[in-house]
Amino acid sequence: MSNESNSLITGAQSLVRSLEHAGVTDLFGIPGGAILPAYDPLMDSKVLRHILVRHEQGAGHAAQGYALATNRVGVCMATSGPGATNLVTPIADAYMDSVAMVAITGQVPSGAIGTDAFQEADIRGITMPITKHNYLITDARDIPRAIAEAFHIASTGRPGPVLVDIAKDALQKQTEFAWPTSIDLAGYHPVTKPNVKQVKEAAKLIMQSRRPVFYVGGGVIKAQAARELYQLAELTGIPVVTTLMARGAFPDSHKLHLGMPGMHGTVAAVGALQKSDLLITLAARFDDRVTGRLDSFAPFAKVIHADIDPAEIGKNREADIPIVGDVKETIVELISAIKAEFKAGKAIDQEAWWQELNAMRKAYPLGYDLPTDGSVSPQQVIARLGQISGPETIFTSGVGQHQMWAAQYINYENPGTWMNSGGLGTMGFAVPAAMGAKVGAPEKTVWAIDGDGCFQMTNQELATCAINNIPIKVAIINNQSLGMVRQWQTLFYESRYSNTDLQTHRIPDFVKLADAYGCHGLRCDSPDQIDATINQAMKLNDAPVVVDFSVHKDAMVWPMIAAGASNDAIQYARDLAPDWERGDAE
Amino acid sequence: MTRHTLSVLVEDQPGVLARVAALFSRRGFNIESLAVGPTEVSGVSRMTISVNVEDLPLEQVTKQLNKLINVLKIVELEPNSSVQRELVLVKVKVDKESRSAVLETVQLFRAKVVDVSSEALTIEATGNKEKLEAFLGSLEPYGIKELVQSGMVAVGRGDKSITERSSRSADKSN
Repeated sequence: MSNESNSLITGAQSLVRSLEHAGVTDLFGIPGGAILPAYDPLMDSKVLRHILVRHEQGAGHAAQGYALATNRVGVCMATSGPGATNLVTPIADAYMDSVAMVAITGQVPSGAIGTDAFQEADIRGITMPITKHNYLITDARDIPRAIAEAFHIASTGRPGPVLVDIAKDALQKQTEFAWPTSIDLAGYHPVTKPNVKQVKEAAKLIMQSRRPVFYVGGGVIKAQAARELYQLAELTGIPVVTTLMARGAFPDSHKLHLGMPGMHGTVAAVGALQKSDLLITLAARFDDRVTGRLDSFAPFAKVIHADIDPAEIGKNREADIPIVGDVKETIVELISAIKAEFKAGKAIDQEAWWQELNAMRKAYPLGYDLPTDGSVSPQQVIARLGQISGPETIFTSGVGQHQMWAAQYINYENPGTWMNSGGLGTMGFAVPAAMGAKVGAPEKTVWAIDGDGCFQMTNQELATCAINNIPIKVAIINNQSLGMVRQWQTLFYESRYSNTDLQTHRIPDFVKLADAYGCHGLRCDSPDQIDATINQAMKLNDAPVVVDFSVHKDAMVWPMIAAGASNDAIQYARDLAPDWERGDAE
Repeated sequence: MTRHTLSVLVEDQPGVLARVAALFSRRGFNIESLAVGPTEVSGVSRMTISVNVEDLPLEQVTKQLNKLINVLKIVELEPNSSVQRELVLVKVKVDKESRSAVLETVQLFRAKVVDVSSEALTIEATGNKEKLEAFLGSLEPYGIKELVQSGMVAVGRGDKSITERSSRSADKSN
């Protein structure tokens, strides 16, 4: 491959060189007809490591895991048609969870576009509502600019996925390479600097509040603002709740932390929001899984809403003080504004508030009953995984009961140690995301906590992991069923278990499957083996490890707020509601 | 429900109309009328979109529109401070008896006849929505054989241009 000389190169070489200029070192994908020209120069690149996955969905989720582990842009690549449509799920996932990702797809030659050619799909049209932006490139000269813009858009402002679809003839044609020295997009100017006047108003409102709460969302992790949040919390002594996407943004061990709010949140976290007189919302988006029935969410609270995306403000809940900007800069400004208030002799009187919160925390801690029949408790397995592997470990999860338990029973002390599919709720996220995270952070232990249902959706990536020396560890929380759906059937469908029995105690044999994929396979089906099995898995680093934890299938996720119900209707166990006086807070 | 008129400046790029239209449909809005055309700035097109919505979701849609990379600016044009026009071409049945009455209606509404045949008149009329509704209503009894109507275009009154920085953006949070 010729270097930086301005001689003619192919569009494909231009693409590879563009990716190198964009700072890419790792990408995940599968070749096919339309993208084939790009794979030829890729072979010569000294910089780019392309990891050949087994399914494009795996490439997409791996790019997500990589992005979350590195705070860089994750990259995936696929061919036209089915290759591209297989990326749709991870692209939608990255859009919902604001993950910086660039997806590159091959397209049929420009002359064939629109003719229903072999492996043609209008992936630009298909992904319009699930990308931050997307491109269809039919001219080789446009490749460097499109790639530069894609990385810029994906990684700035509110992060998100950008798709670049490149026609095969554009990859084949000769072109000159010119990397753009500056990017100026007339219609894209994300506001990062918060309005200081608004921040000062927020500080004043905080001083006047008696029942304030920091409602912390995933944006705090994306903005790398965990340290600033810590300072702000310590400075003010205000309670903190971290949403599913924000687990790790504030240490679980900290006394100000009340845990996760929402459908399966702690009683104290949900109660704090419901009884609060001021929500200090930091890069969270009032998702329905957090608010429950919106008109009864935090009914006494004024709202400060800081977010980088103006469209989030006022979308679900009116904000009394909107602050558009980077949440890290906002927190820094807020700290100095509050310090100024303190200097002026103001204080936040929270004594009664903390008494109430501590009483709630004491009366309704997270907890679970151990099964009486000698079977393994899924919550216990997950809690022990957290304790044994420690706070530097990265945990990914699929979607369902195991995901909620992993959010509840692992103590997250550091940002970027918890990755899951929060918005889209994509079963099958865990294994490929763990693979991507491990590629991005090879020095870290990466555990995929997965369900037996989820695992069977993307487990083919074990082959990718085994072959490419990506030794992830997978804990299958095997309850032989689609556990969360089964739980809803238990609660809302009179225990009629329609199509949730996976019979995973018989088929497949996960240990044999692990073995077939070149991974270590372990099994644990009695409570006294939990620690020994985890310890054994921790020692195996020469290949991926898959542990089949055969667990009690009737275990349920508590606390729970039924879908569409008010947060006030939280139950900490079946038919047991906490005793909190309703409607009379202040 | 109130009718709102949005003027949206967009980059003249392939797919931009699809992006804007898809956003409205995804958020559950019906576009009542849409007109797209070039502006005085090369490479910039202007869409005039008329929608029936409550104020709050309209704010959400304008914010979402603003997030589209190809959208440069959105301004809401109030009926009182803007000029709004639509164009209709209507083919009306006529015979010996009705011809003069139809021509009188055309004059009354300051419309004009653009094509004549023995059994029909083709009439061009411009105006705001209300005027055109009244015009078509008075032609109805004679028999409308064919009707085609443009999307509304609108421009703010006074000496300001929406391509200038000073004009108000519809996105209230910025």
